[in-house]
Amino acid sequence: MLVVTNLQKIYMSGLLRRRRTIAVEGVTFSIAEGEIVSLVGESGSGKTTTALMVLRLLRPTAGKIEFMGQDIWKISNSEEVKRYWQKVHGIFQDPYAAFNPLYKADRILYQALDLTLNKDNNRLTTIREALHAVGLRPEDVLGKYPHQLSGGQKQRLMIARCYLLKPKLIVADEPVSMIDASSRAGILKLLLELRERYATAILFITHDLGLAHYVSDRILVMHKGKIVEEGRPEDIINNPQHTYTKKLISDIPLIMKKWDEFADFHLKTKG
Amino acid sequence: MSSLLDAKDIKAYYRFSSQFVRAVDGVTLNIDYGDILGIAGESGSGKSTLGNVLMMNIRPPLQFMEGRIILEGKYDLTMMTYQDLKSQIWGRVIALVPQNALNVLIPTRKVQDFIIDVLKVHQKLRKKDAVQLARQRFQDVGLPVEVLIKYPHQLSGGMRQRVVIAIATLLSPKILIADEPTSALDVSTQKQVLKMLLQLHVDNIVKSTILITHDIAILRQVAIKIGIMYAGKIIETAPADQLLQTPLHPYTRGLIQCVVTPEPEISKRGLTHIPGEPPDLIRPPSGCRFHPRCMHAELICIQEEPPLTFMTNHHMVACHLATRWQACSL
Repeated sequence: MLVVTNLQKIYMSGLLRRRRTIAVEGVTFSIAEGEIVSLVGESGSGKTTTALMVLRLLRPTAGKIEFMGQDIWKISNSEEVKRYWQKVHGIFQDPYAAFNPLYKADRILYQALDLTLNKDNNRLTTIREALHAVGLRPEDVLGKYPHQLSGGQKQRLMIARCYLLKPKLIVADEPVSMIDASSRAGILKLLLELRERYATAILFITHDLGLAHYVSDRILVMHKGKIVEEGRPEDIINNPQHTYTKKLISDIPLIMKKWDEFADFHLKTKG
Repeated sequence: MSSLLDAKDIKAYYRFSSQFVRAVDGVTLNIDYGDILGIAGESGSGKSTLGNVLMMNIRPPLQFMEGRIILEGKYDLTMMTYQDLKSQIWGRVIALVPQNALNVLIPTRKVQDFIIDVLKVHQKLRKKDAVQLARQRFQDVGLPVEVLIKYPHQLSGGMRQRVVIAIATLLSPKILIADEPTSALDVSTQKQVLKMLLQLHVDNIVKSTILITHDIAILRQVAIKIGIMYAGKIIETAPADQLLQTPLHPYTRGLIQCVVTPEPEISKRGLTHIPGEPPDLIRPPSGCRFHPRCMHAELICIQEEPPLTFMTNHHMVACHLATRWQACSL
């Protein structure tokens, strides 16, 4: 469904001494309908840049992004762009920044409805259904301002938009990194449910390989703008090939086992 | 020997007109020499407020209501004036690395100039001596000295976090309170920051650390003791290994089950979360504050508040049904 070929992004900075920063280079991957693909890497690895390009928010320097056979950077008229954003939807890291604090939080749901061609009078009913689907009680959120809601509630609202728009592809950029550990799984389950119901494909972007391995069908490991390893979650975790993947895995804090060098430390201080 | 810091039944509320948000509502804890105490809880549980209250860094609308905070069995911090706290305690005895530490550095000042300003306030140090002290300390904790002449934007997030920790501990405080020092960082950088926190102990720069985080897996790696905070109260506390292996409070058990690490024992369980939202601390629930979200809640949990009681030698829990959980493992 989504085919990304040889994607490249070079940022230019400086007025007199132009400096080139290669953010993404030679990135090639594809996502099938209903598939969840994770893009994992550290900060600065180019994963968000890739997300922005897929969302048609940032123009690539080179390469091609095709969605359902159409080159998305060849679309020019605004109607078609709108239709693209209806099919490809973004969920971002910071639910606090996604809301305009001056407006009531449910505004984003009405805006989403405006994008659809659904112009009937049952907007409120439709919205209530979507809220139920994401585990929110309408009376808890309707008519509230963003500051009255928790981060988890806000992120659920963002996902409620997906239930209204029923996109083909969701680009979720670190959707739970600012959410409490206790609510993370709830948010992730919503994304999985969405896939079950509407065969939505998800490009899941995270720095947390642990998280990625829970939700994805396939993992792409990104390092310094390039994809260095690709595979099924179990294979990546149990049998990583690339040195960077190995390091990434060894740096994940586990709950059953202490890092060796840290265990030594505790012995030292006790003694 | 008395413990390093002893907090007894401290309460601190945020005041908004006539309403109080009971962010810290009767917390008792002590920190010994050499301790690394981890405080874990959701956002809105009052853990960041607790960090500030423990050093009496109280600013409106936060109000200190009651309780004692005894340092080394001698000084009661709650009786000290702002001036005394500022000149004698903060930075020298207790230092705080606040939650948004990545943004503490001033964008237009080099790291070195920032340090000179800070030390001028705290120790009336001359410029040359301040730089000398900073250089020495940066070398000790393994930070490149070149960082001193850089601007914050030239440093990565992890480096900025480590620089802020190094600055906070320049005067070798006895206690370091680190509030979510790893939350905005990726895993590899997290590990470096945690390593630095341990290194400060090894080098005897700090005696004890209070690490506030919502990430239990991180506490597993570094904490010696863990306290779990819920709705303004500590609901369970125990040595780290014990707390993670035999958690007793249903909330603690829930938190541990929320962990998503790539480990076979954890993967089998799949994704779990704690339903519901943390309570409104203006009108906290009656009885046990966790009862509206607890699937085991009984009548007594709604009517009576469970006291924090010893179950074994070092393991305390505030749950009416705690003995029941002792029998069944996670």
